[in-house]
Amino acid sequence: MIIHHPLLGPRDAQEFTYLGDASLIDRPDWQAEHAVDRFHDYLYLRDNPAGEHRELWFHEVGDRSWLVVTRNTLTHEITSVELARDVARSRGRSK
Amino acid sequence: MSESNGCAMRYSGFRVIKEALTGHRGWGPAWRDPEPQPSYDYVIIGGGGHGLATAYYLARHFGKKRIAVLEKGWIGGGNVGRNTTIIRSNYLLDGNEPFYEYSLKLWEGLEQELNYNAMVSQRGILNLYHNDAQRDAFVRRGNAMILSGADAELLSVEQIRARYPFLDFANARFPIRGGLAQHRGGTVRHDAVAWGYARGADSHGVDIIQNCEVTGFRIENGVCKGVETSRGYIGAGKVASCVAGSSSRVMALAGMRLPIESHVLQAFVSEGLKPLLPGVITFGAGHFYCSQSDKGGLVFGGDIDGYNSYAQRGNLPTVEDVCESGMALIPALGRARLLRMWGGVMDMSMDGSPIIDRTHVDGLYFNGGWCYGGFKATPASGMAYAHLLATDTPHETATAYRFDRFRRGLMIDEKGMGAQPNLH
Repeated sequence: MIIHHPLLGPRDAQEFTYLGDASLIDRPDWQAEHAVDRFHDYLYLRDNPAGEHRELWFHEVGDRSWLVVTRNTLTHEITSVELARDVARSRGRSK
Repeated sequence: MSESNGCAMRYSGFRVIKEALTGHRGWGPAWRDPEPQPSYDYVIIGGGGHGLATAYYLARHFGKKRIAVLEKGWIGGGNVGRNTTIIRSNYLLDGNEPFYEYSLKLWEGLEQELNYNAMVSQRGILNLYHNDAQRDAFVRRGNAMILSGADAELLSVEQIRARYPFLDFANARFPIRGGLAQHRGGTVRHDAVAWGYARGADSHGVDIIQNCEVTGFRIENGVCKGVETSRGYIGAGKVASCVAGSSSRVMALAGMRLPIESHVLQAFVSEGLKPLLPGVITFGAGHFYCSQSDKGGLVFGGDIDGYNSYAQRGNLPTVEDVCESGMALIPALGRARLLRMWGGVMDMSMDGSPIIDRTHVDGLYFNGGWCYGGFKATPASGMAYAHLLATDTPHETATAYRFDRFRRGLMIDEKGMGAQPNLH
């Protein structure tokens, strides 16, 4: 698989390590009322869809940036790649 | 079920000779192809090894009637037809080892139980170690196995050399220092496991319904009443999902999210060779396992590709990695040509261990999360799931395989990797 890095262009997927579902960006608030339940769901439960999947890849042997890759789990086709930083900021995180 | 369809036929050496002399005209189908009934007491979703074994034990050992196995495609077309056929019970943790040892004991009696030649071959499995720390870990593992009634023996380099003289003992980076052997481990003809259980279940009245995809659950007031399928609605007293890599997709139809990611695992087989590998052997410095099939092909595999996938095919970097590991262990492997390679979809759980449990929906049960170790578990998984379905209590060897272990901090994490499915 080739991942089109937003800054570096096409890179072999071997340069990356895989974390999983991009929902891992949305870490729950530890002070929330049902924080234990939320952390359980956050840590352990996954949608695991067959089809389009947004997921986190880390450019470990490259520029060490985190990417959100949209990839089809049935075909392995990658349709979009964003910097995870931009995705997180657009959701109001880490301003 | 009528005699004329041949389903009740008993196989024997005498029968083989008789058929050989009479033009093989007496063989019938090994199981029926029934139309689905409007309702059953037990509906098992998934006609793989685990689903068929569940149906068999439910009918044979728990005396239950009105059982159906629903299969989207053809039985045995998923992971039971795609694995590397290894059986073993060399686990470490309390939650796992008694279960896998029970499974190995069931394998040992399987062919007599089913009257079916599943080619159970206890040729032994050998896990190599390459340094002192690994040796200590293997000694501990061996002791844990023995405590659970399994067999384990630590072998010296000389003992290994006598049986496997062609290994790269003096590998500059990963010299072989010894190994942990389980002599009762081995291989089984994987397709025959599905067919044997199917035939056994059918002969005890189980309806095996192929080309019947479950498209939804009918859940009323928190109780599962039945399943919607591509062949119409089927009512059920209890519904039992057993669909391996498709677990998340099926359980999503019941509104559940699972502690599972689906990943692709590749397997490989070389051209047929003369007898070379007498047993199953695994490399301790990388992820590589290899055995030789009775047809002569070297059957081997390694790591999962590492990203979510339902594609049943992987990518080349993993092929290269597996073959490099193989070459580091068995240099002669480089002279063999790769004949076939394929991928299967693994239901990788958050701690690398399976789940056999009830769900929050009454009458809906779940069996899955087998990662890439489900084949060896087939008999015990079927027995434990049947036990759960019949009695609503877990089998004594499967009490740890609960959904709530993640919430309660009771993970069964053999590799100590944490909640990261692609590392198990």
